[in-house]
Amino acid sequence: MAEKKIIDGRGSFCPGPLMELISVLKMSQIGDELEVLSNDKGSAKDIPEWVRKVGHEYVSTREEAGVWHITVRKAK
Amino acid sequence: MAAEKICVVVVSGTRERLQMAAMVASVAAVSGIEVTIFLSMNAVPYFIKGASTDAPSEGSFGDLVVKKKAPDFKTLFRQAVELGDAKILPCSMALDIAGIETDTLEPYLGEPTGLASFLDAARDAQVWTF
Repeated sequence: MAEKKIIDGRGSFCPGPLMELISVLKMSQIGDELEVLSNDKGSAKDIPEWVRKVGHEYVSTREEAGVWHITVRKAK
Repeated sequence: MAAEKICVVVVSGTRERLQMAAMVASVAAVSGIEVTIFLSMNAVPYFIKGASTDAPSEGSFGDLVVKKKAPDFKTLFRQAVELGDAKILPCSMALDIAGIETDTLEPYLGEPTGLASFLDAARDAQVWTF
């Protein structure tokens, strides 16, 4: 059964949130959804680019009170 | 099509260059790019086990990197290996000159490598020098 996981990358800068996402992706199952929290604007742009490049599924990005919530689904 | 390859040559001991090298290497390594990092000159002593990562800044940006708590360069280099299968190769000449023994280096480093082998790895690769 697919899980939803939150990765709190707040307070870190590029490429910190991306590397935290990748650490968790490696331990996740296909279909799991991972939501990265980041207050780094660069990561909000860079993480979806990385997801498309490597073939996972980019779900959404939203900003709430200066925090970006970037959601990704593990696809392989 | 052959795999995309980059070689990152790190010779500087200053924070901005170490940081940028680590950022390029780690993100490339986790993006399906084959990454070989060649460490030489002033970059090598930071990779002795337990060595401080308190590298001198070239300018104000290096201080900001510390103040804002960006991920430190050694963490990023280690993640390049652990998450992306990058290879970090210390320069055998630099180890000899500085009198550094291989077993004192961080365990995620590869074998000491000479220029002939490195140049072979760099064939058909983009080379980034810091």
